[in-house]
Amino acid sequence: MNTQTLYDKLWNSHLVRTEPDGTALIYIDRHLVHEVTSPQAFEGLRLAQRKPWSPISMLAVPDHNVPTTKRSGGIADPISRLQVETLDANCNEFGITEFKMNDIRQGVVHVMGPEQGATLPGMTVVCGDSHTSTHGAFGALAHGIGTSEVEHVMATQCLVAKKSKSMLVKVSGVLRNGVTAKDIALAVIGKIGTAGGTGYAIEFGGDTVRALSMEARMTLCNMAIEAGARAGMIAADDTTFAYLKGRPFAPHGAQWDQAVTYWRTLHSDEGAKFDTLVELNAADIKPQVTWGTSPEMVVAVDGLVPDPENAPDAVKRGDWERALAYMGLQANMPIEQIKIDKVFIGSCTNGRIEDMRAAAAVAKGKKVAGNVMLAMVVPGSGLVKAQAEQEGLDKIFIAAGFEWRDPGCSMCLAMNDDRLSPGERCASTSNRNFEGRQGQGGRTHLVSPEMAAAAAIAGHFVDVSKL
Amino acid sequence: MNKFTLLDGLVAPMDRANVDTDAIIPKQFLKSIKRSGFGPNAFDEWRYLDHGEPGMDNSKRQLNPDFVLNQARYQGAQVLLARENFGCGSSREHAPWALEDYGFRVIIAPSFADIFFNNCFKNGLLPIRLAEDKVDALFKAAAKAVGYRLTIDLEKQLITTPDGQRYAFEVDAHRKYCLINGLDDIGLTLKHKDDIKSFEAKHRAAQPWL
Ligand code: SF4
Repeated sequence: MNTQTLYDKLWNSHLVRTEPDGTALIYIDRHLVHEVTSPQAFEGLRLAQRKPWSPISMLAVPDHNVPTTKRSGGIADPISRLQVETLDANCNEFGITEFKMNDIRQGVVHVMGPEQGATLPGMTVVCGDSHTSTHGAFGALAHGIGTSEVEHVMATQCLVAKKSKSMLVKVSGVLRNGVTAKDIALAVIGKIGTAGGTGYAIEFGGDTVRALSMEARMTLCNMAIEAGARAGMIAADDTTFAYLKGRPFAPHGAQWDQAVTYWRTLHSDEGAKFDTLVELNAADIKPQVTWGTSPEMVVAVDGLVPDPENAPDAVKRGDWERALAYMGLQANMPIEQIKIDKVFIGSCTNGRIEDMRAAAAVAKGKKVAGNVMLAMVVPGSGLVKAQAEQEGLDKIFIAAGFEWRDPGCSMCLAMNDDRLSPGERCASTSNRNFEGRQGQGGRTHLVSPEMAAAAAIAGHFVDVSKL
Repeated sequence: MNKFTLLDGLVAPMDRANVDTDAIIPKQFLKSIKRSGFGPNAFDEWRYLDHGEPGMDNSKRQLNPDFVLNQARYQGAQVLLARENFGCGSSREHAPWALEDYGFRVIIAPSFADIFFNNCFKNGLLPIRLAEDKVDALFKAAAKAVGYRLTIDLEKQLITTPDGQRYAFEVDAHRKYCLINGLDDIGLTLKHKDDIKSFEAKHRAAQPWL
């Protein structure tokens, strides 16, 4: 019998043609666009006197450069402003729907898209952004592309691609108290490494994953790229359908029923073969904290900063030594003794309403520690912000001493004014702890929203599962 | 896109794993709406001692003497020797733009991150995957001999060392064809316009909600 993985099904249902060497043309259903990786693509179209193939498949939003305070005053940095204005002008010129900076629907592209129902099961989704893997949480084939590919998809509605190998990451059992999808993601990366998923499309499965909410599934798929995989995905189920129902871009009425019938077929068949299987036991996963400058440099919060003496090989030892020097940490130091200067809660990984709720639950009635000079909460979108305010979460954060900001990428990559100064140490719910990612010389520790809030209160990392 | 056929180029080694695209071109330079001019800011945070911002006169900035590409012996290098998972992280195509603008045409590493790997081919840059032990041997040879060069023949898919050793490498037929002819994918894809249109019609009929 011909059994297929979810990835096979998504791939085959979008295959326009295949060349003898396996290079394929894949039809793209949804193209999300932001201001940083699109200007050169639009310019390329214009130079070649081309038009977007299907402007209605596109949805645009400025997110990387937008300020998170005093937004009505516009963008102060003229270069950032020009980039956002360029997006506005391009969308106007080519008839592309855009949620502009002061639209309540504006947000980080990977928060905004799903929130609008613009990502649906069975779709192919691309965006000039590596964290496009997020959208795979809906049972879609979603991955990040470069700017030349952005132009290519605009012009042809297709992507030139080769099929990846398939990996199943199966997580089973019940998660411990205080352990989240972010910790699962970091634990997977810790296990397989940041290149472990290179060349693969990862499907996350197992009863632990099935029990996750849509927000948590998005967090998990979001981090697939940090494991090296261009795409992460989770089969759609009732949780997915309940999340999507009634959203603006989702089908309605009879078409909804027709869609759900089709979407129910989108899962890996019983006995489908994967090239690689990775299994994790949920009960073994503790809250995770990265200690170095790559997401694979991660340990459990009750662990120690590793010793380069124990590195598996010479190249790794060099990397670990460099990372410790950059991070200003000593080998064998307990993670819980690491003091922090700043806290960032937000990003496309953890900027959704559940993340806000989880962080607020930890912060409620407490105060940010004296040594923490800035703790900021940046909702992933205007709608997340509004929802959080309706639930009174903003008041909890503000009373505890957090700053409550406007939505955008913010200090996830520090393209706007939100950034670390050299040497500053940050507990961050974002996805990359690379050197300089949050500001030159800044030191990033990746954690879940619960862990970030708890670190803000304690002034150092603490094990939320013990709170 | 620049064609790539044969290159005889000076080699520069970058001996660290997981070099990410944030390091190759830091975010402040991504605010540009152009495709060119990123070379002077390639590896900005490692390369200069001060903090770089767009619009600065880079020729007046102080270079970091400890950064490998600043050494006199590697000036003019066109071949970058790297370690595993080169180009990981952000999808920014500004990374290959910066490397190409800097002067590199070839990157040799045991492995590359997927998106970066893909982006290279769109910009006349040839990323070559070579087994770890071979890359290691090249690192040792490049460290020993000042002015170490490699010849890279894309047509024959061969790297030749100064002492005549040859390493074969793999490259997709389609990518090779585009690179050798300097072709842009869009034109090629649009030759299949009718296929795309008929696919689209069927696809939309089956899933009218799309
Ligand atoms: S929040 Fe961070 S990772 Fe996500 S799209 Fe923005 S910059 Fe990229």
